[in-house]
Amino acid sequence: MPPIVKTEDSRNLNRRSFIQITTAATGGLLISLYLDGSSAIAQQAPPPKVYPPDAFVHVRRDGHIVITVNRLEFGQGVQTSLPMILADEMDADWSKVIAELAPAADVYKDPLFGIQMVGGSGSIAHSFQQYRELGAKARAMLVAAAADRWKVTPDQCRTENSIVYGPGNRLAHYSELAGDAARKPVPQKVTLKNPSEFRIIGKRVPRLDSKSKCDGSQKFGLDLDLPGMKIALVAHPPVFGGRLKSVDDRAARSLDGVRDVFEIPLAKGSGVAVVADRFWTAKQARDRLKIEWDLAGVERPDTVQLLARYKQLATTEGNVALNQGDIKAMDRIPRANRIVAEYEFPYLAHAPMEPLNATVKFEGDKAEAWVPSQFQTMDQVAIGEVLGLKPEQVTFHTEFAGGGFGRRAVTDSHVPREAALIAKRLRGTPVKLIWSREDDVRGGYYRPMHVHRVEIGIGRDGMPVAWRHVVVGQSLLAGTPFAMMVKDGVDETAVEGTKDTSYSIPNFHVTAHHPTVNVPVLWWRSVGHTHSAFVMETLVDELAIRAKVDPIAYRRKLLKADAKKLHSVLDLLDQKSGWRKALPKGRAAGIACHESFETAVACAVEVSIENKRPRIHRATVAVNCGLAVNPLSVESQFQGGLGFGLTQLMAKGAITLKDGLVEQRNFDGYAPPYIMEVPTTIDVHIVPSTEAPTGCGEPPVPVISPAVVNALSRLTGKRYRTLPLITV
Amino acid sequence: MFVFIRWLTPVFVLALFAITVSLTAKPDRVTTTAGLAAWDQVYSVLISPRCINCHTATNYPQQGDDRHRHFANVIRGPEGKGVPGLNCISCHQESNADSTGVPGGPNWHLAPLSMQWQDLNDRPLSSAAVCRAVTDRSKNEHMNGPALLKHHEEAELVIWAWNPGLRPDGTLRTTPPISHQEFVAATRTWVEAGTPCPKGR
Amino acid sequence: MAKYRLTVNGSEKTVDVDPSTPLLWVLREELKLTGTKYGCGISACGACTVHVSGVATRSCVVPVSLIGGPIVTIEGAGKDPVGRAVQNAWVEKDVVQCGYCQSGQIMSAIALLKETPNPTDTNIEESMGGNLCRCATYVRIREAITSASRQIKQGAA
Repeated sequence: MPPIVKTEDSRNLNRRSFIQITTAATGGLLISLYLDGSSAIAQQAPPPKVYPPDAFVHVRRDGHIVITVNRLEFGQGVQTSLPMILADEMDADWSKVIAELAPAADVYKDPLFGIQMVGGSGSIAHSFQQYRELGAKARAMLVAAAADRWKVTPDQCRTENSIVYGPGNRLAHYSELAGDAARKPVPQKVTLKNPSEFRIIGKRVPRLDSKSKCDGSQKFGLDLDLPGMKIALVAHPPVFGGRLKSVDDRAARSLDGVRDVFEIPLAKGSGVAVVADRFWTAKQARDRLKIEWDLAGVERPDTVQLLARYKQLATTEGNVALNQGDIKAMDRIPRANRIVAEYEFPYLAHAPMEPLNATVKFEGDKAEAWVPSQFQTMDQVAIGEVLGLKPEQVTFHTEFAGGGFGRRAVTDSHVPREAALIAKRLRGTPVKLIWSREDDVRGGYYRPMHVHRVEIGIGRDGMPVAWRHVVVGQSLLAGTPFAMMVKDGVDETAVEGTKDTSYSIPNFHVTAHHPTVNVPVLWWRSVGHTHSAFVMETLVDELAIRAKVDPIAYRRKLLKADAKKLHSVLDLLDQKSGWRKALPKGRAAGIACHESFETAVACAVEVSIENKRPRIHRATVAVNCGLAVNPLSVESQFQGGLGFGLTQLMAKGAITLKDGLVEQRNFDGYAPPYIMEVPTTIDVHIVPSTEAPTGCGEPPVPVISPAVVNALSRLTGKRYRTLPLITV
Repeated sequence: MFVFIRWLTPVFVLALFAITVSLTAKPDRVTTTAGLAAWDQVYSVLISPRCINCHTATNYPQQGDDRHRHFANVIRGPEGKGVPGLNCISCHQESNADSTGVPGGPNWHLAPLSMQWQDLNDRPLSSAAVCRAVTDRSKNEHMNGPALLKHHEEAELVIWAWNPGLRPDGTLRTTPPISHQEFVAATRTWVEAGTPCPKGR
Repeated sequence: MAKYRLTVNGSEKTVDVDPSTPLLWVLREELKLTGTKYGCGISACGACTVHVSGVATRSCVVPVSLIGGPIVTIEGAGKDPVGRAVQNAWVEKDVVQCGYCQSGQIMSAIALLKETPNPTDTNIEESMGGNLCRCATYVRIREAITSASRQIKQGAA
C-alpha cells in the first residue's frame, strides 16, 4: 500500500503540483501528496473542496438508496462500511441501501491523498468525515424539502429510517422527497450526529455483497463480457527487461480463433501479444509461439548472489534513517551482553486469487476501461497516455476485485497499459487482457528481499541501551511518482516499523542500503512492516526471555509511556489471553505487538509442532483502531489479515530467482497458506474507543509471523531469523 | 471292490505327487539366480516415480520425478481415493488430460498401505522389503505368481506408467527404466523362478 | 472443434469447442456461467470446483472431452437443500471477503456435507484442505460448515 500520507488541512491544497513535507506533532511523516513524478497526474484536477452529495447518494423512487463508494472493494468490506457511515448520518433505512463502486472521477479522489485509490489502510480513516458529511448533507436537503412542503421549519422535523416526520402526524418517505431535495442548495455546514446517536456505525453489520458472492452472480474484472470482446495474453520476457528478438508465430496463428499476434512494448523491454476469441485459444497460441529473446546487457538477478551481496552490505553503515542518542554507547556494553542478529527475507508475490486483468475499448476519440483497480486515477491517466487521450476521455469503470493486497496499485500501471496498447491496435474492439497465474507468479512487482543486521547492547536491567540496525533492500519508491519519500538516501517504507518504533531505545541508530536490482518491486500488504515487525518483535521477545520477564510485561516496560494505543492493546490482550498461562505440554504461547497505519495490534498464539510444521491452535488479538465503524468487518480483517500474514512462514513462501529466471511458476511452487496452516480459531477484541477511526487492512499482517515464531522459539530453543520457514 | 480302492489310493497319491513335483520342477533355464536378476529389473520399475509415487506409506501421494509431496494437500482418505470434496478423481480422469498436464487412468487412486514401497520418510524400501511385500498374499490381494504376472501385463494403472502423459509445461513425463514388454518378461522370469526374494532387510 | 452435449444445472446445452478446452472455460465463455472461477489453472486452488456426477471436480484441468456426467455449478447449487444450507450459512456467518474463491469453497463444502453430514473439525480440514483463500476466511469457513451441518440436520428432522 502507498505510505501514510496526511495533510494538516486538505482544503488548503492548491492546483499546482507541490510537495510539502512536515512533521506532525505526534511524530511521523506527513506529506501533501501532489505527485511530481508524472506531469499528467500533476495536471489532474485536485479533489474538490466540497463534495456534492448527488455524486455519492441517490434515492430511488422505489425507496432504495444507492451509495457510491469511492474505493475499490477487494475484500476489505469498504462497500459496506463506507455506506454505513453515510447511511447513519442520513438516517437512511439500512435495509434499502445498495452500494456501487465509483468510476474514476475527481470527486471520488481520496480527500487526503488527492488521487482515487485504495491503500495505506486509509479508506475509512480518510473518508469517515467525508461520508459523514455527505450523509448529513443529504439528510439536511431532504428535511429542507419536507419543511418546504409542509411550510414548517427544518428543526420542527426529525428523521428516522428514510422517513421525515413533521409536526402533527406529517410524514414523508425520502423517495417522495428526493426530487425536491435534489433542487435544494447543498449546505456548506452541517451538524453531525453525536456518536451516542449512531444507529448503524459501531454495529456488527453483515456485508452487502455476501449473497452475490455466494451464488455466483458477483462479477469481477475477469468475468466481464462485452459484445465482440477478444481475449489477450502477453508473452513476457523470462528475464525482466528482456526484449523481443524474433518470433515465429505460424503455429500460433494456425489455431482457429486467433486474431492477432504482435510485438508490444512493456514497462521495460518488450513482449508478444496474442489476441483470440477465447481464453483457451489465446493460451494455446501463446504456448506455441517460438520466441527468441534478446537478453544482451540485461542484468540477471540471482537470489543466492543477492543474499550474499546484501549480507555483505549489512555489515557496513548505510544511509542514516535515525540517529538517536549516541551509538558509541554500544562500546561500553560487554560483548556478553550483546545480541547480534541477522535476518533474511525473500521476495514475496501477492498472488491475489483473481489474476490480474484489464479490459479496454478504444474508439479513436474516446475509450472505455474496466479494471479491478486500486489506483483508478493513475490507471486512467496511463490508459489515456497510451491512447493519446486526456484522462477525462477515458471512461473508467471500477470492477470488484478478487483480492489485491497492493498488487493492483502500481505506479507504472503496467497491466492497464498493456491492455490499452492492444486495444489501440484493435480499435473498436473491446480487449480483455488476462495475466495467467504463471504470468502473475513470474511477473515481478514483489515485496522486496531484505536483510536486517541488528546489534543490541543490553543494560543491567535487561532493557536495550544501544541498538544498531542496518536494513538492506530495494527501494520501493525510487523511480516512482512517490520518489520524494526517499530522503537522504533512505526510503521511508523500508524503515517504517523500526525507525519509528514506540519502544524506548536511548541510543538507536538505523541506517539503510538500497541496492538497485533488476526485479520490479511493490508494496505488499503492510509494506515495510512485513519485515520490520518480524525483526523487532522477535528480538524484543528474545530480550524478554533473557531478562526472565513475561513477554507482555516486558513490552509494557519497554514501550514509551505515550504509546497509548499499544499500551491499550497489550492490556486488553493480557486480559483475554489467560489461556497462555496454562498450556499443555508441547504447546507454547507466542506474543507480538506492533503499530502500523496508526492502528495498534497485540497478538497471542498457541502453537505446537506437528509433522515438523507449526500448528497454530488459536490466536487472540487485541486491536485499537479508534472507533470501529463495523466491528464485524474489523474482525474479518483481523482474522483474514493474520492468515494472510502467515504467507511469510510457509515453507514455499518465497519467490527465488536463478540466473535471472524466476524459479516458481504457480501455486505448486509458491504456496500460500491453506486452511490447516492458519489458526483454527481467532478471537478478536477491539479496544472501545471514540477516537477517529484508523485502518484495519494492513495492521493485522505484521504481528502474526513473529508471534508464531516466538512460540516456536519457546518450544525448541532455536532462533528463527530466516524466512521462509523451511525447517522448524 | 473295496480291496481295489485300497490298492488304488497309494497309487493315486503317488501319481498326484509325481504330477505336483513335475509342476513345481523348474525348467532348467530359470534358476534362482536368474529369478533374482529378473526381480532386480522388476524392482527398478516398482520404485520408479511413475509407480512408487502412489505406493506411499504416508497419508499422501507424491508427484514428479523428484517425488515431492503432491500439492494442494490431497490425502489418502479411508479407501485411498481421497476425501469428499477432494477426491483423486476430482482432478484425475479416466485418461491423461494432456492439454492441462494432469495424468489419468481408470479408477485413479492410491495403492493400499499394505502395498507401501516406501518408509514414512518417503524413502524407497529395499529390494528385499519390496519383494516381501509384493509376494505376501495377506497383503497383495491374494495374488500368486501368475496373478502377479497378469497384473503387470494387463492392469490399466500399471500400463499407464508407460503412457504417463504430458506435464503442465508440455513435456513428456518420464517412463520407467525398462519398457513394459521388458517389465512383463522380467516378471515372467521371476514368477517362473518361483518369485524368489533377495535375502536381507 | 467438436460438439459436446452437456447437462449443466439441469439444462441440456450444446457447445462447439476445441476438445482440449477445460470445462472451466466452456462454462465461463460458452455458457456465460462466470460463477466458477479461474484461480490457477493447475487444480491447486479449487476456485474452479464444480460437481460432475455428484463428485467435486476441478474444472480447470478436465478437458470437456473427458466429461461424462451431469454438471452442477455454483449457479445451480441452491436448487438442492444441502447447497442452500451451505450458501445460507456462508451469508449468515459473513464468510466472504473478496469472494473470488468462495464459489469453489462452497462447492467443496457441499460435496463434503453430502457425504459426511456431521463432519468433525478434521473432516472439514481435510476436505477443504485444497481450497485456497488469500483473504484467509478459513476460520469462518469452518464455522459455516459446522453451522450448515446443524441446519441440515434440523431441516431433515
